[in-house]
Amino acid sequence: MSTQEQKPEPDTEPEEPESQEAPVEQRAPASPQQRRMQRKASNLAERERQAAEDEAKLEGDTVHLKVFRFDPEVANKQEPRFDDFHVPLERGMTVLDALIYARDEYDSSLTFRHSCRQAICGSDAFFVNGSQRLGCKTQLSELDQPVRVEPLPHQEVVKDLVVDMEHFYDQMHSVEPYMQQEDLPEGDLAEMRQSRENREKIKMSTRCIWCGACMSSCNIAAGDNQYLGPAAINKAYRFAMDEREDEEIKEHRLRIIEQEHGVWRCQTQFSCTEVCPKDIPLTEHIQELKREAVKKNLKFW
Amino acid sequence: MSQSYNRGLIEDFGRWKEFSAGMWAWIFHKFTGWVLIGYLFTHIAVLSSALAGPEAYTETLQGLEALFVVRLLEVGLLAVAVFHILNGIRLLMVDLGIGLDAQDKSFYLSLLITGAIAVASVPTFMTDVGF
Ligand code: SF4
Ligand code: FES
Repeated sequence: MSTQEQKPEPDTEPEEPESQEAPVEQRAPASPQQRRMQRKASNLAERERQAAEDEAKLEGDTVHLKVFRFDPEVANKQEPRFDDFHVPLERGMTVLDALIYARDEYDSSLTFRHSCRQAICGSDAFFVNGSQRLGCKTQLSELDQPVRVEPLPHQEVVKDLVVDMEHFYDQMHSVEPYMQQEDLPEGDLAEMRQSRENREKIKMSTRCIWCGACMSSCNIAAGDNQYLGPAAINKAYRFAMDEREDEEIKEHRLRIIEQEHGVWRCQTQFSCTEVCPKDIPLTEHIQELKREAVKKNLKFW
Repeated sequence: MSQSYNRGLIEDFGRWKEFSAGMWAWIFHKFTGWVLIGYLFTHIAVLSSALAGPEAYTETLQGLEALFVVRLLEVGLLAVAVFHILNGIRLLMVDLGIGLDAQDKSFYLSLLITGAIAVASVPTFMTDVGF
């Protein structure tokens, strides 16, 4: 791999906004500020030199992509195949960047979903070199070549890298992913407060971007189409653990997730936790809901 | 959308090289579980030779123990049982929500201990074996 890892220089930490201290510092001839500015300038020059060097090193380097192609509507694409693309490497290039380059420069029929390019919209989960990853969050420099890009497994392929997400969305909706609290606090502008601890508890679970990577990696979900799947259970966790909802609503939620195709299907393979681009501890959440469900049932004895 | 393409089973089994620790643990646990069930039946079969009298039982056992393959299988059985126990403890911890971040390490550890115990048991199992 010729992509160099850029070591952060020791003193390139972001400088504090200067405006507040500036008047004090300007009095001295070689004030700390001036020294800082100088240091900054030289650092910048150094960094630019480095970048140019890296650029030069990458010059002429290409990345070899093998991309899955399939289109039921085009005669010669009905038989699935892999197409090769050689994309010129750039520093910090992601899988998505390479795909975009390939589409724009070589084959405008190459089809894939993407939008935000910053791991927020969740539309570009692909099967890259054998695991589910977000195209925009995966650096080419960390992958072995050739880079194989395929659509998510266990979902039907509509065209090239585009899979049918309908089933995934149905599962997400089936856990009722919205606040259902009816008793709101008195008063016009009264807020519904959540304690810091509780916020901390559900923090990770709120980060899901509905990319479907977890569902695609799960063997159980592959074999049992009705299984809610990690993302939906995580959604249920996000609301069941939220203290702003009443006990009965929580019980209602637990009833949903403890059905036959709910949490008990999970056999702790940890594949979902492994692939989640937002680092949500999915297995942990599923396990916790299992315990909650047991506790709830014990109460009625 | 007019048609779509389903890639079928190949997705599950064609990718074993890319499995991660938790997945391997799951597969090994299933496998060792089935082996243990299988052993249970042979175990009962061997023990029931005692129904034909004490001599028959002694003979059967001596006959079996004289075989090298049987000794080898015994080491294997021990390894299988040890792994199933250790991974069982690991899964118990996972169910209790303890140390989920270390689930891969505990899997490797189970493998290591299993290997060590199996190797250590070889002298015991292999004494006076006829070929
Ligand atoms: S839980 Fe993670 S992997 Fe699953 S849909 Fe949400 S962000 Fe994607
Ligand atoms: S493009 Fe939005 S998550 Fe990758």
